[in-house]
Amino acid sequence: MMNEYRFQHRHLLEMGQFSVEDIRYILNTARSFKEIAGRPIKKVPTLRGKTIINFFFEPSTRTRLSFEIAAKRMSADTFNIAAATSSAQKGETLIDTARNLEAMSPDIIIIRHSSSGAPLLLSQNVNAAIINAGDGIHEHPSQGLLDLMTVREHKGRIEGLTVAIIGDIAHSRVAHSDIIGFTAMGAKVRVAGPASFMPPMIESLGATVCATAAEAVAGADVVMALRIQQERLHDPSIPSLREYASFYGVNRKLLELARRDVLVMHPGPINRGVEMSPDVADGTGSVILDQVANGVAIRMALLYLVMGGEKGGHE
Amino acid sequence: MSKTQIIQNGRIIDPVNGVDHCDDLWLRDGRIIAPESAAPADALYYDAWGKWVTPGLIDMHVHLREPGEEYKETIASGTLAAAAGGFTAVACMPNTKPVNDTAAVTRFIIEQASQGAARVYPVGAISKGSGGVGLAEYGELKAAGVVAVSDDGQPVLDSQLMRRAMEYAAGHNLLVISHAEELALSRNGVMNEGVVSTRLGLRGIPVAAEAIMVYRELALAELTGHHIHIAHVSTAAATDLIRQAKKRGVRVTAETAPHYFSLTEEAVAGYDTNAKMNPPLRTEADRQAIRQGLQDGTFDAIATDHAPHSVLEKQVEFDRAANGIIGLETSLPLTLALVREGVIEAARLVELMSVAPARILGVPGGSLAIGSIADITVIDPERRFCFTKEKIVSKSKNSPFLDWELQGKAVLTVCGGRITHNELS
Repeated sequence: MMNEYRFQHRHLLEMGQFSVEDIRYILNTARSFKEIAGRPIKKVPTLRGKTIINFFFEPSTRTRLSFEIAAKRMSADTFNIAAATSSAQKGETLIDTARNLEAMSPDIIIIRHSSSGAPLLLSQNVNAAIINAGDGIHEHPSQGLLDLMTVREHKGRIEGLTVAIIGDIAHSRVAHSDIIGFTAMGAKVRVAGPASFMPPMIESLGATVCATAAEAVAGADVVMALRIQQERLHDPSIPSLREYASFYGVNRKLLELARRDVLVMHPGPINRGVEMSPDVADGTGSVILDQVANGVAIRMALLYLVMGGEKGGHE
Repeated sequence: MSKTQIIQNGRIIDPVNGVDHCDDLWLRDGRIIAPESAAPADALYYDAWGKWVTPGLIDMHVHLREPGEEYKETIASGTLAAAAGGFTAVACMPNTKPVNDTAAVTRFIIEQASQGAARVYPVGAISKGSGGVGLAEYGELKAAGVVAVSDDGQPVLDSQLMRRAMEYAAGHNLLVISHAEELALSRNGVMNEGVVSTRLGLRGIPVAAEAIMVYRELALAELTGHHIHIAHVSTAAATDLIRQAKKRGVRVTAETAPHYFSLTEEAVAGYDTNAKMNPPLRTEADRQAIRQGLQDGTFDAIATDHAPHSVLEKQVEFDRAANGIIGLETSLPLTLALVREGVIEAARLVELMSVAPARILGVPGGSLAIGSIADITVIDPERRFCFTKEKIVSKSKNSPFLDWELQGKAVLTVCGGRITHNELS
């Protein structure tokens, strides 16, 4: 059966579009690409002659760089456009901008945008393959995939694990992709945070809402903390970072409730001392830097697969 | 004396006069006249066999965009769309550019409408510039021709201003129409808050944003003893509040819109900006409650909130898209579906779409009594059509019902004896 499998997706817009088989295939493909990072010459010719545009409407260092390194390691030509949000106010619409890019015949457009659904809108209006690098508070599928990859790498499996996600679930596209992805792969996902950070009916995505961080972390195999944005103090969703840290910060004491071999994750960038204490971020069990390394491998796999790559996993 | 017009053999549905039977309806000089023993030789005949003949439909909540946004709609195009949808009159909201908060703007609208295909009743602003601070000059607005005041689109947040508006408007015999929305709760929202907003990652507008403000309006109506009309009710919660208030005698009337009894928040899936409006599409439970409210009399009127927007406002990211959909050409078929589904009777449809709007606004129409104005809608309840972009008369095409197969259509619209729409086969 695996021989007959073909990766069918032209655009990569959300975790929810992938079957379990798709996710396994992506993770296997990424694993096979990962070793390239260890070579003295970190470059393969796979995407030579392909044009990839990084179209970022929101500031991003890590994700943009990760996609760019992934593309360059595969010999694609990459171009970065940091469209200031103000360009929309200058009168050019997203569709117009995209059509202009389209005229330059890119093969892939990687988009980061503050509006949920913007990658879908783009995919409906251009011929290039669209990869969502984070849209609004909707999804960040490549982050979800690299998190799955990191957990599978360390635990050998995803099915049957308990994953606790702590923080601002409502405004986290990472949380949404992780909940959908881990649930699809057979893990149990618990979420915890101030109720003012809980989106309505988050259970519908597959998560179990816990009343406290302790309840979420108890017996967990994976604990992930989410970044708290300063602007939430003005919403207002929380009274202070200090109070947040004391009730929902991931620290040593909280982690004692988890399994002894717990993995500690964070999508970055970390507010040290707020959602995660420094000793935890740098301590045993922290796989935060593995997440970053795996991000490149996942993105190589995604670029390869949307361009019709067929060899896949090379297991 | 104009030629006599005879609409023959239609099912005349005239609930105000207790009429529902097949007969001829005679018109002359813009009025309904008593049938005469012999028709004049030059009489004009319209065969309405198998059709309904009702008082002209009235949409008490539309946006015609003129002055200021003529690229979306004009009074001319909007009234043509109204006529095509079976409407003989519309009340247009004041959020034009400039806002209709002065007699000069009102007079301009009325002047433009004199050439239109439907009667146009301007609604003036509650506050100057709909800015929510001082009252607009209701006396002058009324004298110029407004039939009501509303800050539609800009909810009145200051409760004291709303109280004074109700009191002051009563002195000028003006209806106050409330766009009930607690902005502090809804401000960043772009769709109903719930399972779909979570799935799509769109910020939600909770039910409470409507319910809180509806409750305030009811409390103010009770406090002042004056009439309040609640626009575009979308939630079960607000429907319940209005039902209870009516039971205890509060002077309240309310409208809902066809999209609230036809669609749910699921229509937003795929980030369809044609399903973005304010208040937003709600849940199936809300949709059922709205239908219940139409059946049990909680709602007095169906109004479209016809809100034309061009592709400039709609072919953009969902959270940046403008709120609103066009409605004049789909309102009747969507409401006829309620009749077919047994939610309401034909006579109730006429009450909701003609009788009550005329009564609430205090304008002519809603009756086929001898001597009434000859505003007539002939409806073919069976006529099926596909609602395609090409067929839309309105200047804007922003509808979630695009490409829907609809059943039931106005086939003849008569406004003051003038044929404004005719597709009698």
